[in-house]
Amino acid sequence: MASKFTRSNSTGWLMAGPAAVLMGLFIVLPFLFAIGLSFTNQRLISPNPTQFVGLSNYSQLLGIGLLTLEPERDDAGEILREEDGTVSYPALRGYTRNNPDYPQFDGMREWFSVSLGESRTYVLARDVVFAKAVVNTIIFVLVVAPVQGGLALVLALLINQKLRGINVFRAIYFMPVVVSIVVVSLLWRFIYDGQSGLLNNLLGALTFGAFPRIDWLGNPSTALGAIIAMSIWQAVGFHMVIWLSGLQTISPSLYEAAAIEGASKWQTFRYVTWPGLRNTAVLVLIVITMQAFALFAQIDVMTSGGPLDSTQTIVFQAVERGYGKQDISGGSTISVILFVFVLAISLLQRWLTREKK
Amino acid sequence: MTSLRLLATSIAITTAMSSATFAQTTLTMWYHGAGNEVESNIVNQIISDFNASQSDWVVEMQSFPQAAYNDSVVAGALAGNLPDILDVDGPVMPNWAWSGYMQPLQIDEAKIANYLPGTKGVWNDQLYSIGLWDAAISLVTRKSYLDELGLRVPTLEQPWTGDEFMDALAKAKASGKFDYALDLGTAWTGEWYPYAFSPFLQSFGGDIVDRSTYTTAEGVLNGDAAVEFGNWWQGLFNDGYAQATQDPADRDNGFNSGKYAFSWNGNWAALGTLDAYDDVLFLPAPDFGNGPKIGAASWQFGVSAASEHPEGASAFIEFALQDKYLAEFSNGIGLIPATASAAAMTENYKDGGPLAVFFDLSEAQALVRPVTPGYVVAAKVFEKALADIANGADVQDTLDSAVDEIDADIAKNNSYGF
Amino acid sequence: MAQLSADNHGLRLAVRYTVLGLIALIFVFPLVFMLMSSLKPDAQLLSDTRSLRAFLPVGDISLDNYFDAFRRAPVGLFIFNSVIVTGVTVALTLFICSAAAFAFVFIDWRGRDLVLTLILATLIVPFETIAIPLLLIASKLPWLGLDGLTYGWLNSYQVQIVPFIADGLTIFLFVQYFKDLPGELIEAARVEGASWWQVYRRVVMPLAGPVLATAAILKFLVMYNQYLWPLMVVQEERYRPVMVGLQYFFQLNRAWGEIMAYLSLITVPVLAFYLFLQRAFIASIASTGVKG
Repeated sequence: MASKFTRSNSTGWLMAGPAAVLMGLFIVLPFLFAIGLSFTNQRLISPNPTQFVGLSNYSQLLGIGLLTLEPERDDAGEILREEDGTVSYPALRGYTRNNPDYPQFDGMREWFSVSLGESRTYVLARDVVFAKAVVNTIIFVLVVAPVQGGLALVLALLINQKLRGINVFRAIYFMPVVVSIVVVSLLWRFIYDGQSGLLNNLLGALTFGAFPRIDWLGNPSTALGAIIAMSIWQAVGFHMVIWLSGLQTISPSLYEAAAIEGASKWQTFRYVTWPGLRNTAVLVLIVITMQAFALFAQIDVMTSGGPLDSTQTIVFQAVERGYGKQDISGGSTISVILFVFVLAISLLQRWLTREKK
Repeated sequence: MTSLRLLATSIAITTAMSSATFAQTTLTMWYHGAGNEVESNIVNQIISDFNASQSDWVVEMQSFPQAAYNDSVVAGALAGNLPDILDVDGPVMPNWAWSGYMQPLQIDEAKIANYLPGTKGVWNDQLYSIGLWDAAISLVTRKSYLDELGLRVPTLEQPWTGDEFMDALAKAKASGKFDYALDLGTAWTGEWYPYAFSPFLQSFGGDIVDRSTYTTAEGVLNGDAAVEFGNWWQGLFNDGYAQATQDPADRDNGFNSGKYAFSWNGNWAALGTLDAYDDVLFLPAPDFGNGPKIGAASWQFGVSAASEHPEGASAFIEFALQDKYLAEFSNGIGLIPATASAAAMTENYKDGGPLAVFFDLSEAQALVRPVTPGYVVAAKVFEKALADIANGADVQDTLDSAVDEIDADIAKNNSYGF
Repeated sequence: MAQLSADNHGLRLAVRYTVLGLIALIFVFPLVFMLMSSLKPDAQLLSDTRSLRAFLPVGDISLDNYFDAFRRAPVGLFIFNSVIVTGVTVALTLFICSAAAFAFVFIDWRGRDLVLTLILATLIVPFETIAIPLLLIASKLPWLGLDGLTYGWLNSYQVQIVPFIADGLTIFLFVQYFKDLPGELIEAARVEGASWWQVYRRVVMPLAGPVLATAAILKFLVMYNQYLWPLMVVQEERYRPVMVGLQYFFQLNRAWGEIMAYLSLITVPVLAFYLFLQRAFIASIASTGVKG
């Protein structure tokens, strides 16, 4: 493509310039500002002067420690057990609170622990809530990206057929997207209600009452799953539309050729449709991943991160700290960490999916 | 083009004329009542009365929906765009005063001598804000429920003890008549948690921060009394008396439709309950050992630090401190009037009125939330700790980490000036 | 034989419609719930949520909630503001971002790769995390308006529009789509002496129907659902958009019926816009694949 007809510095800048300037002023500049804040102790509102604090916001969020404890023994050396028979260990707070022998653990909390033989190894985190938020966010992304992208493609293929009234279905599948996620989250709280929610009533009716009532959003083992399901439902139409616009760029003549060759449906998809969707696929995957990493509104409306931190997410924590707890430097630090993290992933993704030359 | 210029000129002339005819200064005011028609009408009435009563000042109001109000004020302050007069939720006031958003009121102290203690916003020994009303919480139930369950009616002089309260919950649960014995309002996230539940902690003998120094929570939020409170709190959910997650619709409508035997709710919801049942009782908080306690302080008026006319702003607030306005707010939206004389003018709070008990509750049991700029953060930490404990987290560990977080925040803010 | 295949065809058609219909049910039920609830008084609305009655217009049905909603808040004003802000932003976004994407895909210029990489990197920045610095910037920017040069953009339409005109997602959308267009077409037009503007206007944009529709609806949704930003920069009611207006209905004791009525009302413009786009672009483009 590098001919004199396609080369023009001035036109390139002229056409891309307005977008570049606007984004520089309204996204890049504020983000650089946020990076700056992450190295200070700036509060959202405070009469105290701002001070440079180096990396302490980062170490506060990312600090991790390992502590191995031996079981408690009685005078005879026998291992003490709890009432339910599990081995009893000394209380962690003896090590993490005001213990001059273990200054490195001060203020840390148990993130998770594993038993190795008799002893038990505790992984301590300086900020357990943030650690859980990172894990939850990754789970969310790993589930939502493939499932939502896949379902959206299936839907797009379904409604790309020539059928009378297909536009009605297109509109209906898109409807959840039309309604704001805040509104959708409010409506789904009724559906997920543990007492008389529609979902419980539906499952109860289908199984003639055999299915136990579940407090979907109030149970740590179901809350994140419930939010994942709702999120996929809400946004799948969005990606369906993107797939659809990709599908529509594929020339009908290719399908005609495939039909003449006697290709099966699967072969047509595999050798005609899918190769034609390559750029769309990259787009859908990246957009879903970005949106999934930014998970916030659903959490804010439905669970506020609970129960027991099972739905904490990175952006929810950034907002909770930056605005709710007026710790704007802490909130900014979280966004910088998120940025670096996602950037690393997308560079990796790009490297893995690079076109082999 | 010509018409545009013409328009611009005519606008300029009108503005010039209006400022020439009235040598008045405009005072801007922010209020949290958008979407509440009755409340807005009363505030508008006060403003137009004030504007008509003198010729120096004209107050103009901008209202905000309550849920978005605090964020709007903070954003306005950051952008250097605060009004002259603003209203502020009582416990948040020290934070705004400390941050330099507000300045002390210039009003005659004698005017507020007989106001309920919870309506006075005092920080650093100076009055920053004053409320025309207070709010109070009671344990709502029905006389018929108590009779059926064989329970005595507690009084201000002789409230239920903690044991009596738990006995009442156990009996309500055993009766099988209710979905849950107690509606705590866990659906209302946010300020409701510290406002409604920290008084339980205080009745056990603990607190959110140590009020003797305001520089730590160690010992008060994770001491023996607090752990005892935490175990009790967790028991409410473990024993099936209350829901850790509640549908907001159940909160709004559950007690009135017979789902709960008791409801821990504010006076603002009382009128609806009175409509639903004819034998409603508003009971005082139970006493867990250190006296029965409920929260105090509601929305109050103050003057922003940005105001160039604090004397005008104060004059407006002083003007609003009239019993007739206090009574109007109370009649309109069910709030507790700040003075006994105003209470006597209301339908609900006059002697023998259906809500008069709330005035007495406010007087007898109310304790303001910790008066410190750090309250805003401590309240969030407290809320999360309570939600975690309700969902089964280890009580001591959770309270310990809440203390750590509060103390770290206090340290980061140079002890908030204490 | 012919008879059999016709039956077979009819059966297949029935199966297709059944599948499509069942899926449609899954997607439509919360909206039916919203619409039906908006017609019911609060107590009935809440008690209906536990059964299929939630989806049916049964019981005490009226439009009272709608009248009450208009009494509680200037609903028309909020919808007007949102439509203005959203409409202007979408129009400007489509132009600015497609032009930028055009430059990235078809023109060879110095700094192209660097600028594109930077723009794509902005996709990773959630808006919530830059809102405060952005507020500080917006409160100091100059604006040339009817009353001359003023500083500070608070309380205006432009503060809700300008920061959102250029966005990485829309540019990315156009870039990925343009990559699928035959590059020879553009080069040929250039060889024949067409100016860049003519290539953009006459060659590329006429082929961009589907992506224009997609970008327009996605941008529309984002803008129409703005909450945090207008909350921070708009203090005057006359510039407030619909999502901030929603807060008017969240009083301590929630009027669920009015909330549902308000939600139904504010959904109308988005739905109308989507249906308009579906007719205007997607349907007409459907059969004219452009890839060779």
